[in-house]
Amino acid sequence: MLARRIIPCLDVRGGQVVKGVRFRDHVVVGDIIELARRYRDEGADELVFYDITASSDGRTVSTDWVTRVARVIDIPFCVAGGIRSLDEARSILHSGADKISINSPALENPDLIGALAAEFGSQCVVIGIDSLEDSGDYFVKQYTGDPTKTRSTRWRTLDWVREVQRRGAGEVVLNCMNQDGVRRGYDLAQLSSVRAVLTIPLIASGGAGTPEHFRDVFRVAGVDGALAASVFHTAAIRIPDLKAWLRTQQIPIRL
Amino acid sequence: MLAIVDSGGANIASVKFALERLGVPGELTTDPEVIRAAERVILPGVGSAAEGMKRLQQRGLVDCVRNLRQPTLGICLGMQLLFEESAEGPTRTLGLLPGRVARLSNSPGIQVPHMGWNTLRVERASPLLSGFAGDTRFYFVHSFAAPLNEFTLASAEHGSRFAAVVQRGNLYGVQFHPERSGAAGAQLLRNFLALT
Repeated sequence: MLARRIIPCLDVRGGQVVKGVRFRDHVVVGDIIELARRYRDEGADELVFYDITASSDGRTVSTDWVTRVARVIDIPFCVAGGIRSLDEARSILHSGADKISINSPALENPDLIGALAAEFGSQCVVIGIDSLEDSGDYFVKQYTGDPTKTRSTRWRTLDWVREVQRRGAGEVVLNCMNQDGVRRGYDLAQLSSVRAVLTIPLIASGGAGTPEHFRDVFRVAGVDGALAASVFHTAAIRIPDLKAWLRTQQIPIRL
Repeated sequence: MLAIVDSGGANIASVKFALERLGVPGELTTDPEVIRAAERVILPGVGSAAEGMKRLQQRGLVDCVRNLRQPTLGICLGMQLLFEESAEGPTRTLGLLPGRVARLSNSPGIQVPHMGWNTLRVERASPLLSGFAGDTRFYFVHSFAAPLNEFTLASAEHGSRFAAVVQRGNLYGVQFHPERSGAAGAQLLRNFLALT
């Protein structure tokens, strides 16, 4: 049986890993390669690197650190940040990334999703979605890497999720912005509703604070993977302990 | 010398780096002479079957790969191309193994692509699979898969059972990504490097 995935997320800015609360006020938490090594050794199932300012600055991630990460680690990793063309995607994948994740550029140009899937296969194409609650419904936000540039879109989250799947996305990472960085648990209701309309893998992001939050997001929302940053960076939760405990809770996990 | 067929797919750098970590430099090449002369050959591949075959045809490598006699390992799409046909397209593939690669079907709780760490069930013992426990997991990421047949060394299950590791003579194939499967993947690559 396929294991549920535990995925540390490394927000990258200026070549270092940073972490903010509710997408603001970022502080440096460490070196990219050091953290990638540490998480690999601790049993992370996959890593995600977000160059959080690339999209709002209108530039793409540089590939030199992608190559350095690919040389060092032997687990899959995904790279996100301002990827707007087939050529940019190709250079990142050929540098050794296993998947690329696009967020704001997919909203700018939805045709990019299908073009990437046709060229590299759906399994390489992850769509990141920043979703914020407003008056009882959820809506997609754009350019969340920079609070001064963040803006609303016309998309309801559930409609956008269906749209990206129809266009050939291979996986969705749903960032529940209301929960981000506050450690009160994943947004189980929203994730369950998104799970219900997707036939591709769904990764939960935003809100992890305790081991129980991970168990619940797998058990209640049925997601394929759970992504978290601050609880891992601060060692508030250690991945080996988390995985051993989840196994006692009958969650299929790779040890 | 180990040749990595530069089929233009996306996981080529990962395969090369995985071999470097094992102290075995692989030569990325599209030169049929170099490939024919190599002690071992790896045929990586990520992307669609049609694109994969087109790249082999453009580089004039179809006959070269068909006639290899040394230990050869197809990875992911590289394994699927060893079969007769892929439903992806559909596309005529190399025809070195019997059968048609089909799309995995999704159902409640079974998402496609099959993405993540899964276990194997050994169907036939092989040196390629030595040293693994029953709960050893490998990293899979694919939407199409090959059927079980007499050449299946190990199967995996995602909705239904499919061929995860195959062998016919000198030709081996793995549906998962050993270059991205942690210590287990490194062990599988070492097993491949030790094949005679």
